[in-house]
Amino acid sequence: MFTGASQFALVGVVGGGGSVWAGAVAAALLGSRNALYGLRLSSLLEARGVRRLLAAQFVIDETTAMAIAREDPSLSKFAFWATGGALFVLWNLGTLAGALATHAIANPKVFGLDAAPPAAFLALLAPRLRAREPMAIAIAAALVAVVVLPFVPAGVPLLIVALLVAVYGLTR
Amino acid sequence: MWAGVLIASAACYALKLAGLSLPQSWLSAPRIQRVVPLIPVALLAALVGTQTFSTGQHLVLDVRAAALVVSIGAVLLRAPFLVVVAAAAATAALLRLV
Repeated sequence: MFTGASQFALVGVVGGGGSVWAGAVAAALLGSRNALYGLRLSSLLEARGVRRLLAAQFVIDETTAMAIAREDPSLSKFAFWATGGALFVLWNLGTLAGALATHAIANPKVFGLDAAPPAAFLALLAPRLRAREPMAIAIAAALVAVVVLPFVPAGVPLLIVALLVAVYGLTR
Repeated sequence: MWAGVLIASAACYALKLAGLSLPQSWLSAPRIQRVVPLIPVALLAALVGTQTFSTGQHLVLDVRAAALVVSIGAVLLRAPFLVVVAAAAATAALLRLV
């Protein structure tokens, strides 16, 4: 899995005591936007066969933004592969460093690390809130998730919110 | 545990490959174009809410709420990702010291 929001969501649900399956569904739902990115990128990249299988792993927010910002198709391709390759290596090295460092940190709370995930989700969310409708959806989604939280198993608030926003989007 | 991780990984990869491979018309239906961008907005906001105001299945109000206020400020100032996260962690850590 190489798509940050999904990785954070899966870890967040499991870390909060939820079932890995609730986390997996949330991760896949968050990954659905990558299908739309792939749609935008397919005509730019013209990747076939093995190259397409490799390109698919690099379809994320950052590579899409870098590729579609270029006018020249050959620069688009270069931006996609360079961003994807660099991020893939550094992201996974960072993940490995984090995994190894957990043994060195006895109590993450002392460093405020339990406050880091919400800030990370907020930073991922902020660029998507440039209009009134997504802002309203975000506030409503956070409220609904917190209100239902004591009454359903961990992770399930995310699934309820996903269902509600899909119904909202499809019915109006 | 690992079965869930592997299946979620496969699903995330399959969605990317589907975007590159499926006929343009399948995914360009207006309804799909409208709903799919809303899903990350709702899920990320729900994650911000639940990860700030709960421990397990209990609602709690602790230093993480103050850290969230600081990170909202950082986001409004267009701070980079790492600065937003570090500001939140530092706020929580400092408030626990006092």
